Amino acid sequence: MTVVFVLAYGMLGGGALLALVRLARGPSLLDRVVATDILLVIISAGLAVYAALQRDPTVVPVLVVVSLLAFVGSVSVARYVGGMLVHSADDGTDVGLPLAAEEQEARQTGEADR
Amino acid sequence: MIDPASVGDVVAVVLLLAGCFLCLTAGLGLVRFPDVLARMHAGTKPQVLGVLLIMIGGAIRLQGWSATWMLLLVAAFQLLTAPVSAHMISRVAYRRRHVRRDLLLVDELRSGESQDTVHRGDEPADAPPEQGS
Repeated sequence: MTVVFVLAYGMLGGGALLALVRLARGPSLLDRVVATDILLVIISAGLAVYAALQRDPTVVPVLVVVSLLAFVGSVSVARYVGGMLVHSADDGTDVGLPLAAEEQEARQTGEADR
Repeated sequence: MIDPASVGDVVAVVLLLAGCFLCLTAGLGLVRFPDVLARMHAGTKPQVLGVLLIMIGGAIRLQGWSATWMLLLVAAFQLLTAPVSAHMISRVAYRRRHVRRDLLLVDELRSGESQDTVHRGDEPADAPPEQGS
């Protein structure tokens, strides 16, 4: 049984560590959203593994909360990032992000200098 | 004669270890894959199959109807919510050009001139747009 403990928690911990690496490195915000999602799934899997191996059903309600929380978190961040997009008025193609104010200012002063 | 309880334990432990292995593969894929869509592909493996395997293993080990119903509820939530969140994240990722377009074989959402030529899709979150100004 000890072998099973070490294997299960080792694999879960390795997956969580790699997800944390992506969470720290990830170049874009959406990479971090995906990494947090996976991290929460791994946490709920670890709780379920603990409950199963110890025959301890008291942590089972926490699983429901964590799984709902992962969904709400990733969807709200995706909505937030999507709200920053700019659509062109006529044909509905995606133009992308609006220019940041500092960058717009820098471009205008740069054009004046040139 | 084989004891049915020990057989159940062996099956449950095998299911739990398979689920844990899927969690490890998700971490590996998250680190090694090139862009958001590929990382989501790696991430949905433990989100659906891994959690289902672990829930079945836990339901075999716990042996109580209340725990079983709650584990079933968690599995149903995962099955219902994983497609929704994946759809929203991938849509925003495509629109914000966090997709490596040079790695795509088919790009059915491509719409002509309004595509980037310099951005390769792995820019930081506040990367400025190419055209415009």
